[in-house]
Amino acid sequence: MEAKQLATASQTLENKETKYFTFANPPEELILESGQKLGPTTLAYETCGTLNKQKQNAILVLHALTGDAHASGTNGWWNNLIGPGKGLDTNKYFIICSNVIGGCQGSTGPSATNPKTGKPYGTDFPLVTIGDMVNAQARLIDQLGIEKLLAVVGGSMGGMQALQWMVSYPERIRSAIPIATTLKHTPQQIAFNEVGRQAIMADPDWKNGHYYGSQIPAKGLAVARMIGHITYMSDISMAEKFGRRIRGDKEKFKFGAEFEVEGYLRYRGDNFVKRFDANSYLYITKAIDYFNILKEKNLATIFKGLKAKVLVISFKLDWLYPANQSQEIVKACKLSGVDTTYCEINSTYGHDAFLLETEQETQLIKNFLNTAKNGHNGDIQ
Amino acid sequence: MKQKPFKAEQEIILNWISKEASVLDLGCCDGELLAFLISEKQVHAQGIELSENEIHQCVAQGLSVFQQDIDTGLSEYADNSFDYVILNQTLQQVKKPDFALKEALRVGKQVIVGFPNFVEASARFQIFFKGRVPVTKALPYEWYDTPNLHFLGIADFKDYCKKRNIHIKDSAHIRKNRKIKLFPNLFAEIGLFLLTIGRV
Repeated sequence: MEAKQLATASQTLENKETKYFTFANPPEELILESGQKLGPTTLAYETCGTLNKQKQNAILVLHALTGDAHASGTNGWWNNLIGPGKGLDTNKYFIICSNVIGGCQGSTGPSATNPKTGKPYGTDFPLVTIGDMVNAQARLIDQLGIEKLLAVVGGSMGGMQALQWMVSYPERIRSAIPIATTLKHTPQQIAFNEVGRQAIMADPDWKNGHYYGSQIPAKGLAVARMIGHITYMSDISMAEKFGRRIRGDKEKFKFGAEFEVEGYLRYRGDNFVKRFDANSYLYITKAIDYFNILKEKNLATIFKGLKAKVLVISFKLDWLYPANQSQEIVKACKLSGVDTTYCEINSTYGHDAFLLETEQETQLIKNFLNTAKNGHNGDIQ
Repeated sequence: MKQKPFKAEQEIILNWISKEASVLDLGCCDGELLAFLISEKQVHAQGIELSENEIHQCVAQGLSVFQQDIDTGLSEYADNSFDYVILNQTLQQVKKPDFALKEALRVGKQVIVGFPNFVEASARFQIFFKGRVPVTKALPYEWYDTPNLHFLGIADFKDYCKKRNIHIKDSAHIRKNRKIKLFPNLFAEIGLFLLTIGRV
C-alpha cells in the first residue's frame, strides 16, 4: 500500500513537467476552420494524477486568454482548484491541461518557427478559432489513448472551448463545465478586445508583427493587458482593493502613477509583457471574437442529442461575461433536453472570480463530478 | 427559506408519482423531496431553486438544478415536457401564483401543489382570541420575516381551481403529520392537490 502510494506520488510529481506533443506533420497538416493548413503542430501540455486502467477518469482543463498548460502546482493558474483533495481532485482524476494553438507558452503560435521560412511566423500565422483549438486538443486526447473524457472544464475562453467540445465532440465527453462564459462574443466584448489589439498595433515596435529578434511592442501589449484587467474586475473589487488611495512616494499633479489603481495596472501590464507574446494576444483575442457556437444553428438545436451532463457557473458582478449570458447557455441546454445544473455564485470579484472564488466552485465541481462519474438521477446507464 | 417537507407530505407525493416519471420541482429547496423520489421511484428529476445555498445542497445530493426565479416563467420548456411538476410549499411564496400555476400546468402533464392552510383551527384561534397574526407549526414565521406572500386556505384553493377550470384529480390533507379526512379546511395544516388542466 505504502509503495503504491509512493509510486503514485512520484508519478504525480513527474507528471507536472511540461510535455510536448507534435502532430500534423506535412503533408498531413491540421486543417483549420479557415481552410488554411497548420503543421507541424505542437501542443505543450501537463498532466497530474493517474489515468486509471479503464481510462475513464481523465479531465481536460481549458485555459483562458493568457493561460498556459501549467494549471496546477506552484504558480499554477488554477492551483486552488486542482490538486489532492481539491475540486479537481488529483487523487481521483487524471488532469490534463494544454496550451492552446496560437498561444506562446509552448504550443504552436505566431512566435513559433514557420517551417517554410525558418523564421517565426509573425502575422503569417493563420487565423485560428476556438474550434481549431479544440480540434488540436482532441488529437492530444487521442494520443493519450483516451476515448471519452470524464469532463471538460474551463472559465472565460476556457468555457468557450468547453462549449465547443459539447458541439464538436459530444460523444467524447461525459460532462462539461463551462464557467463565466458565453455562447457568442457580443459587440461590447469585441470592442474591448479591439482596443487592446489597437494598442499593440499602434506600438511602432510591433512592425506588422515581425518584431522577433528585435524590440518587442512592450508598451502596446502592456496597455492591452491593462484594459483587460479593468474588465476582469468589478467596481466593488477595485474600490475595495485600491480606493482612491494615492501612492506615498509619488509627486502630486504629474502624470505618474499617483493612484494605487494606476500603479497596479502598470505593474500588471509590465509584468505581462515578460511572459506573453503580443502577436499571440492578437490571434487569441481574434479567435475569441469570432466565437459564436450557434453559427447558422439556433438555440433550440445547438446541443440536441448531447448526452453529457452540464454544469454552468456564473458570478455576480461579472460584467465582462455577465450571468445572463450563462443563462443563455442554460436556456440552450434546456431546449435541447440536456441534463443541466446552473449556479450563479455570489462574488464581488467580477470576471476574475472564476480564478479566485474557488471555495464555492470547489464544492459545486467536486459534487457534480461525483455524480457525473457515478451516474445518478435514476438514470440507468 | 422553505420548511422541510413533513414526512407525510413526502409519502403522499410519492404515491401520486409513477415509477421513472420525469419530475420538475419548482422551488426544490435543498432537494430532499427529489432525492427521496429518485431513490423510491427512480424518477428523472430536475429542480429549480432561487437560493445559491440550496443549489449547493442539491448538487451535493447529485441533483440537476437551475438557479432561477420561478416568477420569470418556464418559457424554455415546451408543453407537457414533464410528467409531473411539483410546487410544494412554493405557491404561497411566489409573486405571481396564478402565473406560476398556469406555467406549471402547461409544462407538466400533472401538477402537484402543497401549501400551508392559513385558516386551520389554531390559526383561527390565534386571530380570533389572541388578536395576533398566527404562528403555527405549518406557518412558523413571524409577520416580519415570513417568506409567504399569499395566504390561502383549502377552500380558497378549491374555489380557485373551479374558477380556472383546473381539475383536482386527487387531494390529501395533513394534520400533525397524519392524513385527515374530516373538515380539512378547519383542521388540515397542509393541503396537497394533484391537478390537471380541466377537461370539458
